[in-house]
Amino acid sequence: MDRLDQLESQSIFIFREAFNRIENIAMLWSLGKDSNVMIWLARKAFFGHVPFPVMHVDTEKKFPEMYEFRDRYAAEWNLNFIRELCPPIEDIDDTLPPAARSAARKTAGLKKAIEKHKFNALFAGIRRDEEATRAKERVFSPRGATGQWDFRDQPPEFWDQFKTDFPPGTHIRVHPLLHWTEVDIWLYTLRERIPTIPLYFAKDGKRYRSLGDKDITNPVASTATTIEEIIEELRTTRISERSGRAMDHEAEDAFERLRADGYL
Amino acid sequence: MPEASEAKVKLATVNESPASARDLLRIVIVGHVDHGKSTLVGRMFHDTGSLPDGKYESIKAMCERRGVPFEWAFLMDALQAERDQGITIDTSQIWFKTDARDYTIIDAPGHKEFLKNMITGAAQSDAALLIIDAAEGVREQSRRHGYLLHLLGIRQVAVAVNKMDLIGYEQDQFDLIEQEYRDYLTSIGVTPTFVIPVSARAGDNIVTESTTMAWYKGPTVVKALDSFLPKATASDRPLRFPVQDVYKFDQRRIIAGRIEEGSFAVGDELVFSPSNKKARVKSIEAWSTIPGKEQPTEAFAGESVGITLDEQIFVERGELASHVEHAPIETDVFRARIFWLGHESMVKGKTYRIKLGTMEAPVTVQSIESIIDTSDLSNTSSHQVERNQVAEVVLRSRRMLALDEFEKAPKSGRFVLIDKYDIAGGGIISMEGYANQRDLITSRSTNITRVEHGVTTEARAFKNGHKGGVLWFTGLSGAGKSTVAVALEKKLFEKGYNVFVLDGDNVRHGLNANLSFSPEDRAENIRRVGEVSALFARAGMIAITSFISPYRSDRDRAREASNGGDFHEIFVKADVATCEARDPKGLYKKARSGEIKDFTGISAPYEEPDNAELTIDTSVLSVDESVEQLVNYVEMKFKV
Repeated sequence: MDRLDQLESQSIFIFREAFNRIENIAMLWSLGKDSNVMIWLARKAFFGHVPFPVMHVDTEKKFPEMYEFRDRYAAEWNLNFIRELCPPIEDIDDTLPPAARSAARKTAGLKKAIEKHKFNALFAGIRRDEEATRAKERVFSPRGATGQWDFRDQPPEFWDQFKTDFPPGTHIRVHPLLHWTEVDIWLYTLRERIPTIPLYFAKDGKRYRSLGDKDITNPVASTATTIEEIIEELRTTRISERSGRAMDHEAEDAFERLRADGYL
Repeated sequence: MPEASEAKVKLATVNESPASARDLLRIVIVGHVDHGKSTLVGRMFHDTGSLPDGKYESIKAMCERRGVPFEWAFLMDALQAERDQGITIDTSQIWFKTDARDYTIIDAPGHKEFLKNMITGAAQSDAALLIIDAAEGVREQSRRHGYLLHLLGIRQVAVAVNKMDLIGYEQDQFDLIEQEYRDYLTSIGVTPTFVIPVSARAGDNIVTESTTMAWYKGPTVVKALDSFLPKATASDRPLRFPVQDVYKFDQRRIIAGRIEEGSFAVGDELVFSPSNKKARVKSIEAWSTIPGKEQPTEAFAGESVGITLDEQIFVERGELASHVEHAPIETDVFRARIFWLGHESMVKGKTYRIKLGTMEAPVTVQSIESIIDTSDLSNTSSHQVERNQVAEVVLRSRRMLALDEFEKAPKSGRFVLIDKYDIAGGGIISMEGYANQRDLITSRSTNITRVEHGVTTEARAFKNGHKGGVLWFTGLSGAGKSTVAVALEKKLFEKGYNVFVLDGDNVRHGLNANLSFSPEDRAENIRRVGEVSALFARAGMIAITSFISPYRSDRDRAREASNGGDFHEIFVKADVATCEARDPKGLYKKARSGEIKDFTGISAPYEEPDNAELTIDTSVLSVDESVEQLVNYVEMKFKV
């Protein structure tokens, strides 16, 4: 087994554990490269099917190319697709810095959607290498009744035995891509020929390395116009993946506060 | 793109991705708190050029702004809470690369309360780097972590003796620490591959060879790590394929799971334990959109696969598939070495849920054999295991479990225990002193129908003047079983009972002459006696069996053999000390000297009955008093 096979096998194992152990689970689809790989892996795990709802929590501020992609593949991949809207920005804590406040709006939309559909758990496509607080995540990560993440008291997780028993009212995030890296995602996308939003490829010397809301996501300098070139670029870069995501950088602990409050 | 603010540095420091086609090795870093783990990692990143642009400068600037001295450790401390406490709270992962390959560094906190995170981090590693402070020497956590690495099955360990600058780079002091720690590791069966003197702060022997410690001839930390190998997936071992789920999304009924060890091919016959159902692999299912990719015909260790079977047998999650000739052990009792993480102590007699692969079942703590002090390896006895302790226990399940010994098949020989909702501990399995019950429960003959007797049980009882049945004596050697049994036989015979004693030594001369004293043969010995005594009972006689019969499962099987007839378990009770003082056959003496191995009560377990019909305490009662009590019991229970 090569490295991609190993990553794939581990993700499939996680998918199947969660699907077997947790009632009423759904997948979060952010439309980005990671969650597209995640859908692909689910289809592998369940032999061509995605046997749970796939939900996009919509800020209505994504790039048009992302919406186009979503509508096309929700149909083509035969997904049980759900779209939920985020509340207006005025409803969100105004002590947060602007970009973090915008991201917090997504968290609020997410909480609302979870409540509405009574989801006990969500698959989320985060990776440990994206960001330092995510590096501490568990594969099965319990949230409190209000969605908060207690990184100080996480359950033990070893020998692929995940925490799958919860008192009523607990919400669980399941992370099938936690052990992948950014380059892995692209290598796998290339190998499996997974469709890709064109914004990831360089145009006029810039490309998006990570896709979020239009107003808080910035492109990075790049000449990579193919996946192979992206991989080559990532192998030499010393710039972090989320450097274009404004909310991470407004204050030292902005992202940590967001995550503790339930942000992905 | 916005300019990098100083602030961004803390959160985005350690996230550079490795290149993927390269080899990946996962290293856990452990050691006593404050022995310099984070500092070593920070230094390793800097010296291998793995730090993102400007990070070193930014951290320095941040330290100046905060008015604190620069620390390499700040690289690891991404979370606010950790900075405040100055300790690493949770397992974290970062990535770096050497010329040879990519690494995932798993940082496991050293603080005693955080054992849970150390286990979480270490269990997924290929190798370990253990750090000892040269000025402080080998500490409790140094030993404890070494022990746990061994328990978790990590065999590649490099030891870095850090802060050599604080002891003037002295070889003598290093040699003492090396000797002390090597002695400890050797005593638990670990051979450390390297013991390296380093100064993380000054950068000695991390990436570059130290010029101040010319006396050291071994590799640097990075060279040592480069010499380790990734954990191999074991395709050449007996197949272990736990059923994770069964899907019916379409017309196919797919049995899904991950092959933990071994391999199989289409057409292979598989047995699913413990149900022991068998079927052949009809197809290996895989979904792919890549055109021209054919369905696989073979599957190997590490792969998450799905199969269809040639027969519609009922199998479900938790069953363990294997080839017929190398099936896993089946047992309802086993020994385990556990580490306890629960907020509440593990208590003898309490029932927990075991997760063994994909299987879940209730198990009861039958006994806590000993608490192991991981710093000096001494044993103490206790009725409970506290959080963060390591112990040797015996667990019993109500149903049959399919499992392996950890030393032979680690993936199916380890488990976790759930207390209420939480993973409260983990353990590894040993069957020492316990029999594989697979052969005992697998009925070999089929097409057999019992012949109906022309004489009814009632008619026999009427003619004999008493019912038939079994008095099953169990107890330690020297408890008085045979003495009491023979005296009771005589007394009952005189009173007109049809009675016969089946004694251990006598049966082994004939019926069971082909059996040894291995756990399997002891179990078979008892199984045969159970069947024979049941025949005696059916013939209308009272059979008195006098066997140590130390295992509850064996006695329960004898009870089942009597098929609802009169079966009375008589616990002939006397503690080990009393029996050893009597020692009528001199066996205890031989057991103590090691001449007899696996001697019940000394070097093999005796499981006291928890459902005996009658207990005869021979440490209090004389032989006559014991017999009298038994005669009264028989007259009451066996009258027509």
